[in-house]
Amino acid sequence: MSFLLYSKNGQLVLALVAFAAVFVLLLLIAKLAERATGRARGALMVAVFGGPALALLAVGLIYPAIRTGWMSFMNARSEVFVGWANYAHVFTDPGGVIALRNTLLWVVLAPLLATAIGLVYAVLIDRSRFESAAKSLLFLPMAISFVGAGIIWRFVYEYRGAAQEQTGLLNALIVWSGGEPVRFLQDSPLNTIFLIFVLVWTEAGFAMVVLSAAIKAVPQDIIDAARLDGVSSWQMFWRVTVPSIRPSLVVVLTTISIATLKIFDITRTMTGAEFETQVLANEMYDWSFVFGDNGVGSAMAVIIFLLVIPLVIYNVRQMATNRAVRG
Amino acid sequence: MTTPPTTMTTPVMTDVPPRPPSTSGGGAPNRSAAAKFRKLVTNRVGSAVAIVIAVLWTLPTFGLFVSSLRPEADIRSTGWWHVFTDPSFTLANYERVLGGATSTNLAVYFQNSLVIAIPATLLPLGLAIMASYAFSVLKWRGRDWVFVGVFALQVVPLQMALIPLLRIFSGSAAADAFPFLSLWVAHTIFALPLAIFLLHNFMGEVPRELIEAAQIDGAGHVTVFLRVMLPLMRPAIASFAIFQFLWVWNDLLVGLTFSGGSRTIQPLTAALAAMAGDRGQEWHLLTAGAFVSILLPLVVFFSLQRFFVRGLLAGSVKG
Repeated sequence: MSFLLYSKNGQLVLALVAFAAVFVLLLLIAKLAERATGRARGALMVAVFGGPALALLAVGLIYPAIRTGWMSFMNARSEVFVGWANYAHVFTDPGGVIALRNTLLWVVLAPLLATAIGLVYAVLIDRSRFESAAKSLLFLPMAISFVGAGIIWRFVYEYRGAAQEQTGLLNALIVWSGGEPVRFLQDSPLNTIFLIFVLVWTEAGFAMVVLSAAIKAVPQDIIDAARLDGVSSWQMFWRVTVPSIRPSLVVVLTTISIATLKIFDITRTMTGAEFETQVLANEMYDWSFVFGDNGVGSAMAVIIFLLVIPLVIYNVRQMATNRAVRG
Repeated sequence: MTTPPTTMTTPVMTDVPPRPPSTSGGGAPNRSAAAKFRKLVTNRVGSAVAIVIAVLWTLPTFGLFVSSLRPEADIRSTGWWHVFTDPSFTLANYERVLGGATSTNLAVYFQNSLVIAIPATLLPLGLAIMASYAFSVLKWRGRDWVFVGVFALQVVPLQMALIPLLRIFSGSAAADAFPFLSLWVAHTIFALPLAIFLLHNFMGEVPRELIEAAQIDGAGHVTVFLRVMLPLMRPAIASFAIFQFLWVWNDLLVGLTFSGGSRTIQPLTAALAAMAGDRGQEWHLLTAGAFVSILLPLVVFFSLQRFFVRGLLAGSVKG
């Protein structure tokens, strides 16, 4: 008994047994409910199959989200109503303005670059002999956490004074070709661009996989017709491939944008948000959990939420048209 | 464009191999030679670009791995590429991050991550499969509206629910007795909207006739669920399970906030992020630590790549 309660593996086993028991119990109730008749039977079935998930969502997602909205109009300890003060703070505080500016940079650059690179790569390796191996290489970083990716790239960006030997790959290349070493992560505003590239590095694989599938789905007769007209590969790319996969491009762009708005791990691991690299999601964490100001922290969460909504709507509508087009 | 369609002039069904491109002008017009040249150049440039991207996408990880095997003094003084001219390797860094002093020992966090990730994958999966059955097979009033509502919940960013959800758990007896409970539940809740949406879509593709046939044979919902749906859904379940596992394993935000910095439950990512902050220049520890954290996802990813790609294409992407 003490193994189950007081050791980690014990708790793991206990949890798995408990979860399994819950599922068995639910199915047993459903089995019994099948004997019931009429309305009660249908209602019981829905309650057994859908109830647990819906209850968890109501308590764990809907209620907290409403509460966060409420807290964004309250003071740091959620005791006094302060109106729009927290929002005003976000938009006037110098740190907040930097975070907003950087977040904008992130959300514009990361999706565009990741999608562009994914698309170019997908086109280039399409139907080549090494296609599947080449794909694995690009989406390998997708399996790596942002913390891991942050450390990997901090090592690439590592800077040493000009007198020392460079141990970071990029600075070693720069010095080797006769340049001065660059402080990639310390010098604002370019450091934000170098951080953004880390996200591009992790997301390009996703763009490539989706776009590659879209490219393969372009109807062969359109391609043949274009060939008959003698288009060059450049024209083929811009006039045939890109318009044909436009819906997938939009889905990829918006999906990465949504992810970008919530990213805080990269900034946290690589610069600790210093050197003017702060972003909204990380600032939200700092205000809520480091400074303990739930008012400002909640206001930032709400801003992220409001920024995400239009992207999601656009993304969903585009996905719906995709389905309609594909039939 | 006036280029004649080449397919028309090619003899069909012969054993004669296509003529190799002739460089001696002959009867071929100049234009086609130029086109060939241009094609060759674009191919070359294209291949070069593809290779550059591929290198850029793998070399940093490779460099990290090589460095993690180098002695501390070497890492401090020279770049990792020096191993090609002056090879020297050691496992000392791994010995330190996996079995060394407590302050740098990540083994315990590796275990924490596993203890967090396994239930946090299975629980939402089970609940979502059941819920998607309620949304796709069972018929009830208001079903479609509730489903749209669940789908719309994907809009809510994690950040939006974090503080109040944390408050629900903090100080409760259950959270004290089962320190991992809040992490399991939080990950489950955040996974549910997407999981239900995806699995519902897959379930919707199962032919109704199969279900009706089973029902005519006297099968109730439990039997249909266990005997018809679960076997057919296996690929969808596998891809979602992989996604969810990787998502939880790689997560930092939930791990950081819900573990409250406690060493007993903090996941590997949180410990590694702390190490990157406190020991930012101790690359012998950071490289080995980072590699320990990415090893399992890489193994999962490479062994189950098929499901992973399928899941991606089904739109199962979270952020």
